[in-house]
Amino acid sequence: MRAFVIAVFAFLYLPIALVVLFSFNAGHHASELTGFSVQWYGKALANPFLVEALKNSLFIATTSASLAALCGTAAALGLARVSVRTRAVFDALLGAAIVVPGVVIGISTLVALVQLFAVVNPFLASIWPYDQPPRLSLGYGSIIAAHGLFSMALVTMIVGTRLGSLDRNLVEASSDLYATPLTTFRSIVLPQIMPAVVAGYLLAFTFSFDDFIVAFFVAGAQTTLPIYVFASIRRGVTPEINAIATIVLVASVLLVVLAQWQLRQRKPSN
Amino acid sequence: MSAGTGAVSMHGNKLRDNLLTALLLGPAAAWLVVFLVLPFIAIAVFSVGERAPEGGYQAAFTLAQYANLPARATAFWNTMMLAPMGALACLLVAYPVAYYLALQAPQRWRLILLALVVIPFWTSLLMRTYAWMYVLGGRGIPALLAYVGFEDIRLINTPGAVLLGIVYGYLPLMILPIYVSLERLDRRLLEASADLGATPLSTFLGVTLKLSLPGVMTGFSLVMILLLGEYLIPTLLGGGKVFFIGNALVDLFLQSRNWPFGSAIAITLVLVSVVVLIAANRISTQVSGARRVDLI
Repeated sequence: MRAFVIAVFAFLYLPIALVVLFSFNAGHHASELTGFSVQWYGKALANPFLVEALKNSLFIATTSASLAALCGTAAALGLARVSVRTRAVFDALLGAAIVVPGVVIGISTLVALVQLFAVVNPFLASIWPYDQPPRLSLGYGSIIAAHGLFSMALVTMIVGTRLGSLDRNLVEASSDLYATPLTTFRSIVLPQIMPAVVAGYLLAFTFSFDDFIVAFFVAGAQTTLPIYVFASIRRGVTPEINAIATIVLVASVLLVVLAQWQLRQRKPSN
Repeated sequence: MSAGTGAVSMHGNKLRDNLLTALLLGPAAAWLVVFLVLPFIAIAVFSVGERAPEGGYQAAFTLAQYANLPARATAFWNTMMLAPMGALACLLVAYPVAYYLALQAPQRWRLILLALVVIPFWTSLLMRTYAWMYVLGGRGIPALLAYVGFEDIRLINTPGAVLLGIVYGYLPLMILPIYVSLERLDRRLLEASADLGATPLSTFLGVTLKLSLPGVMTGFSLVMILLLGEYLIPTLLGGGKVFFIGNALVDLFLQSRNWPFGSAIAITLVLVSVVVLIAANRISTQVSGARRVDLI
C-alpha cells in the first residue's frame, strides 16, 4: 500500500517536475540536455503579447478576488442572520455556482451578456448627446464578473464554515460588557474570521489566474495568460511555454500553500 | 437583566437589523441573480428557439434543437463513456491513497501529505495538462522508447492519453472527500468487527467501504460532473480525435455560431449533472444512511 501511495505521489509531481527541469534546459528539446540556462525565461518575458496577457490576468485576478472576498464575507455574515428557508435558497445557488462546469457558466454568461448589450447599446446611443456613444462589450468586466461568481461562492462557504465554529461565548461576553455591536464585530468576530477571508481571497485569486474555459467564452477581444498559452500550445510546444508554465505553477503553489496555512491558523496571531 | 435589555433593543432595532441583513446579502444576491440565474434562463430560452440565417438566435418555441441532439451523438457517446470510466479510474487510484492517508499514515505526516494531494488541484489545469502533452508528445516518452528500440509508438492523441489526463487532473478531487469520510470513521467499529471474527476483507467490505461510501459518492459525482463539461484535456491530449461535449459546445458557440443548438446541449448537460447528483445522493443515503460529504 505504501509503495502504491509513493507511486501516486510520483505520478502527481513528476510531469510538473519535468516541465520545470526543461524550462532551464539550454537546448531546444528534451533530447538535447545541454546545460543550465535561463534564456527561455528571457525570451518569454521579452514577448510583448505574453507580458500584456500576464498583466491582464493579474488585473482580472486581483479585481475579481477582491470583489469576491468583500461580497462573499458580507454574504456569510448576512446568512447567519436570516431564516432557514432563505439560507437554503442561498446555499443551493452558491453550490450551483461552484459545481456547474465552467463551460456552462461561460456559455450562459456569453449568451446573457450579448443579449443585454443588444438592448443597452442602442439605448445608450439614443440618449448620448455627443458623437461617440459608449458601447458595452465583452472584456475585463465580463471576465471579472464570471470569475467572481465562482470565487464569491467559495469565499462565502469558507467564511461561513469559520463563522459556524466561532465561539459564541466570546460574542455574548463582549455584549454583556456593554460593547457596541460594531466594537464586538471589530474586536471579536473579524479577527476570528480573518484567516478564512484571506484564504478565500488567495484561492479566488488562484482560480481566476488559472482559469481558461470561462474566460475563453467571455473574454471578447481581451487575452488572458491561459488563453494566450492555450493558443501557443496549439501552434506547437516551445521551450518558452515551459518557462511560462513554471512561473505560473510556482506562483499558484505559493498562493495555495499560503491559503492552506491561513486556514490552519486556529487563533488570531495577536 | 442583560438578556432583557437585549431583547427590547433587538425589537426596537428590528428595522435597522433587517436593513443591515439586506445590505450584507444584497451584493451577493445580485451577483447570483445576474450572472447565474438570468444566464441560465437565457440559455433555456435559447434552447427552444431557432437559429437565425446569419447565425445567432431567432425567437421561436420549438423542440427542434433537442430533436437534433443525435447530430452530436459522437460527442455525447465519448463523454458518456469516458466521464464514468475516468471517474471510476480516479476512484480506483484515489481510494488506496485516501485509505493510507486517513488510517495508516503517521500522524505528523498526515496533514503534509494531504496538502501535497490538494496543491496540484489548485494549480492551473492547463499547465498540468500541458505537462502530459510534453511527456507523451513526440519528444517525450516516445523518443525515449525509440532510443531503446521501440520505434513509432504513439501515445498522445489517443483515448488512453485522454483517460490518463483525466485521472491526473481530477485525482485530488476524488481523494479529498474519501479521506474526509474515512478520517471520521470510528476506529472502534473496525476493532469490534475483528473481535467478532470477521476477516479483514469482510471488515473492509462491511464496515470501512460502507461507511466511506458518502465520500466515494461525493467524489465520484463531482468528478463526473466536471468531466461532462471538460474541454482542455480532450483537446490537448486527444488532439481533435476524441471529441467531448465541451468540444461540441466550443464549436457551436465560438466557431459555427449555432447558439440555440448549443444551448440545448448545455441544458441537457446540466440535466444529466442533476441526475448524477441525485443518484449519488440516493445511493449513499440508502447504503450508509448518511448524506454526501461537504468539502468546505
